[in-house]
Amino acid sequence: MQPEKKAVVTVLGLDRKGIIARVSGVLYENGINILDISQTVLSGYFNMAMIVDVSEATCGFDVLDDAFKALGAEMGLQIRIQRSEIFEAMHQV
Amino acid sequence: MISTNEINETLRMIDHEKLDVRTITMGISLLDCVSSDPEKLARNIYDRVTRKAGQLVRVGQEIDREFGVPIVNKRVSVTPIALVSGAVNDVLPTAYALDRAARETGVDFIGGYSALVQKGMTGADRRLIESLPQALSETEKLCASVNVASTRAGIDMDAVRLMGEAIVKTAERSGGIGCAKLVVFANAVEDNPFMAGAFHGPGEGDTAINVGVSGPGVVKSALEKVKGQPFDVVAETIKRTAFRVTRVGQLVAMEASRRLGVPFGIVDLSLAPTPAMGDSVAHILEEMGVEQCGGHGTTAALALLNDAVKKGGVMASSHVGGLSGAFIPVSEDIGMIEAAAAGALSLDKLEAMTCVCSVGLDMIAIPGDTPSSTIAAIIADEAAIGMINNKTTAVRIIPAPGKDVGDEVEFGGLLGRAPVMPVHRTSCERFIERGGRIPAPLNSLKN
Repeated sequence: MQPEKKAVVTVLGLDRKGIIARVSGVLYENGINILDISQTVLSGYFNMAMIVDVSEATCGFDVLDDAFKALGAEMGLQIRIQRSEIFEAMHQV
Repeated sequence: MISTNEINETLRMIDHEKLDVRTITMGISLLDCVSSDPEKLARNIYDRVTRKAGQLVRVGQEIDREFGVPIVNKRVSVTPIALVSGAVNDVLPTAYALDRAARETGVDFIGGYSALVQKGMTGADRRLIESLPQALSETEKLCASVNVASTRAGIDMDAVRLMGEAIVKTAERSGGIGCAKLVVFANAVEDNPFMAGAFHGPGEGDTAINVGVSGPGVVKSALEKVKGQPFDVVAETIKRTAFRVTRVGQLVAMEASRRLGVPFGIVDLSLAPTPAMGDSVAHILEEMGVEQCGGHGTTAALALLNDAVKKGGVMASSHVGGLSGAFIPVSEDIGMIEAAAAGALSLDKLEAMTCVCSVGLDMIAIPGDTPSSTIAAIIADEAAIGMINNKTTAVRIIPAPGKDVGDEVEFGGLLGRAPVMPVHRTSCERFIERGGRIPAPLNSLKN
């Protein structure tokens, strides 16, 4: 078992059916475990942040980034995956 | 655990406030490339740069993608070329070799076509200065700098005169653009990651990773939330923002250093504007209450900004260096461009601002018929400010061929566009003809 390596998946855009299913699908296919999900829908606008563990991912970051970009384009959403250190560096001392 | 608010705040800074890492700059020592054969020297330099920096662009792109923070430029800085070209009569082959190496590695700029002449010039220094017009007009990515003064050594007025002439000739040969890649320094620093003045100082190790952060938009946006509040609050707000921006720089620097196997050098705590809307240092000063940049109050606002950026950033990085502070390049800052075009911002006010900003007179277009002695005198004034105040100052000035006050010069990309600004028309010839050295000031005697 490798140590946990976290990333943050963020999804922004108009709410529609299947967002969580499709995003989780990409994560599942690539061996990534979801650790936490926070989601809000305000006036039809969907905003989700997922903390995921990429330590057992079966692909590189570039593959995930491409997969989420393609899914985002298909669903009219902005989907991103970023290493969690960037958020920790900015907000935690 | 990171909160949703924190995640959203970071994304907003990147998406809407143009938070980015301006540059990862790899410093490379060329001291072991020395040869008395000009072709061999050029080949050694090309081989060394391409070998050391071969992976720099790829690693920069990887970090950009994984962390989701744009890394705008990947650059290389090298040992001042005058230090390694002492045994050859023709220094130009090294300029072409550096430019070729930059293209081969895919970096945006390569800096270090430089000479350190604050106290005197060697033959190699003189040859390098004389080669600047040709080197800068026949290369694309090469950046040059010459240090003509320091607090310890005073001002080398012979070098100042030569640099005035070199700037005029470079403008004539390159249509002006070559001057955007040439900086004349006082108190130049050895680990600056920013162009055009980056070089890898002789006191540095074999290689180093230096990172320059950016983020004027983030500071402006933070200040919009404290409208009308006292300056104590303004300073605290800038400090807090600078801390966050610098933490990103530190993270990227450590990651780049680890992946490239190159020691981490410094993070340069700078606010570097771009010509894009929402990425302006001038607009931060205007947010503080100055109606337009250049008006009364501008220098005080800039002093507060420059100081607060350093105070906030210094805690966020293990090694701070470079130029660290707020840059005020006219052509690269939409607020400065507007202020200069409106006549609100003059060269004299910019000179005053350089007493309290991170560097000096930067990316300023002046009439194409400005005499070299006037440019030399502008350099001398700026060098004097640096020398007396124990800070880095610089002049990157562009005589725009065939253009006069009221015209505009377009440089494109990050270099932006500049309205041609008026210079004083009184003669500086007798002043510059004297030559010699202006002695180091009393405050240099610190031992």
